[in-house]
Amino acid sequence: MALSRDDVERIAHLARITVDEAGIDRVLEELTGIFGLIERMQAVDTAGIEPMSHAQDVVLRVREDRVTETDQHALFQSIAPRVDAGLYLVPKVIE
Amino acid sequence: MHDLTLTQLSAEIAAKRASSVEVVTHFIKRINALNRKYNAYITVDEERSLAQARAADARIAAGAAAPLTGVPIAHKDIFCARGWRTTCGSKMLADFVAPYDAHVIERFNAAGAVIVGKTNMDEFAMGSSSETSHFGPVRNPWNLETVPGGSSGGSAAAVAARLAPAATGTDTGGSIRQPAALAGVSGIKPTYGVVSRYGMIAFASSLDQGGAFARTAEDLALLMNAMAGFDARDSTSLEREPEEYARELGRPLAGLRVGLPAEFFAEGVAPDVARAVEGAVAKFKAMGCEPIEVHLPNMALSVPVYYVLAPAEASSNLARYDGVRYGYRAGGYNDLIDMYKKTRAEGFGAEVKRRILIGTYVLSHGYYDAYYIQAQKVRRLIARDFRDAFTKCDVIMGPTSPTTAFRLGEKAGDPVQMYLSDIFTIAVNLAGLPGMSIPCGFDAKGLPVGLQIIGNYFSEAQMLNVAHHYQQATDWHTRAPSGIDL
Repeated sequence: MALSRDDVERIAHLARITVDEAGIDRVLEELTGIFGLIERMQAVDTAGIEPMSHAQDVVLRVREDRVTETDQHALFQSIAPRVDAGLYLVPKVIE
Repeated sequence: MHDLTLTQLSAEIAAKRASSVEVVTHFIKRINALNRKYNAYITVDEERSLAQARAADARIAAGAAAPLTGVPIAHKDIFCARGWRTTCGSKMLADFVAPYDAHVIERFNAAGAVIVGKTNMDEFAMGSSSETSHFGPVRNPWNLETVPGGSSGGSAAAVAARLAPAATGTDTGGSIRQPAALAGVSGIKPTYGVVSRYGMIAFASSLDQGGAFARTAEDLALLMNAMAGFDARDSTSLEREPEEYARELGRPLAGLRVGLPAEFFAEGVAPDVARAVEGAVAKFKAMGCEPIEVHLPNMALSVPVYYVLAPAEASSNLARYDGVRYGYRAGGYNDLIDMYKKTRAEGFGAEVKRRILIGTYVLSHGYYDAYYIQAQKVRRLIARDFRDAFTKCDVIMGPTSPTTAFRLGEKAGDPVQMYLSDIFTIAVNLAGLPGMSIPCGFDAKGLPVGLQIIGNYFSEAQMLNVAHHYQQATDWHTRAPSGIDL
């Protein structure tokens, strides 16, 4: 598998990270090296092996449906970049 | 005072031979004088620390002290501590003051321990050298031109340079054990799920595990007693009875079966490292342990598997840094998407962006099965290798790192070489097993070598006993680097 400049631009967009024109070639070269390492695991025969997502094979805990958190929005919003009237401010998304 | 171990210091304070205020003042004085040399701490807040120390002294005076009451402990800057700047080594969180405490911090606070500062680290714990921090690289106290390992390099360096008697760390692929080895201190990564991840800034959630650094195994048992335990706020925290981690420290080692994986003693291990580790194995044999050859045939696959799974989980975890609710936001932007993209391009460093891009790619449409699912399957093969090995032995030993500390900048330009420095530690995280590193000698340049001890699930108390007996019979762990005096 060979990564292309288009791949880098596509994943940078998906990851919401600006990569400038000059940076694309550098990122491409680095990722190509890393995928060269990753490819060593692709030839392994894993037929019939269950994917392992957790070390202990535990089932996800569920909790009682009751209120446990108190309202701390003033504290949490005190560290936000921009807030007004209890709302997080971002650039306009609807005209 | 700073030459005392955590256990000794705690006894001094409990016996009122030293007050917490005196001890904390002593360490802060050392940090203020020496930190510019090591860059081990990102944040020190003398007033906050002294307020905790005064409260600890009052608690001791009232006769309500616990084993860690009044002792200073450094925390990796990945643990949120209310009111403390918590940066995770990143520009993205350079001004983030945590509005709540991590479970680990709550536990230490409840024990009456004092936060003596927040330690430097690779950005978002992604690195093996502590060079990717937004706050500059950490320097290894044994040789300032070398790295202390990473990602918890600030914690390891702080303990090595006697700027704290103990420190917390996290280990996703070796980030406690490898810096413990390179900086010549003792470190433990518990079984996955034993220490709560609540308030520990997430990197790769199926692998991240909190742990600790100190100078001795006995000290680590004390720290484990405080840190371990169920926490409902971490969905992967395990519900288990509390343990006394020092309970086995007196048990003799005779008859202990020590597994030596052939893969740990193959080519690629520096000769001085191999010699020191073989010397340690001989010591265990002299103590009545039985060496047994075991095999971990899929070991070499652990690095490629890790560099699919960890970036995949990181790309998802780090999606939260969008410049909206907290953290850095770019200065100028045209619209919402542009704000996200510029915020993340400017707020994250090169290694973090690299891993987010890898993770985004392996999770993207058309590649998910070939990379992510395949990696999870090979992960199971690696875990099975350990399961099979532990039918033949009680603990596994080998080098923690294939080399001693490398030079600053030596691997910074070559991600693949940097990733391969964790070849002996990553498999342990993939399997979710507990692991330790303890000092077992020095190379020809005077740099410390670490012995890795890997245990079966939940065998921390046994591993600590194994390490403790070695430390009773050797003095590697008592050596201090030169240049740490004021």
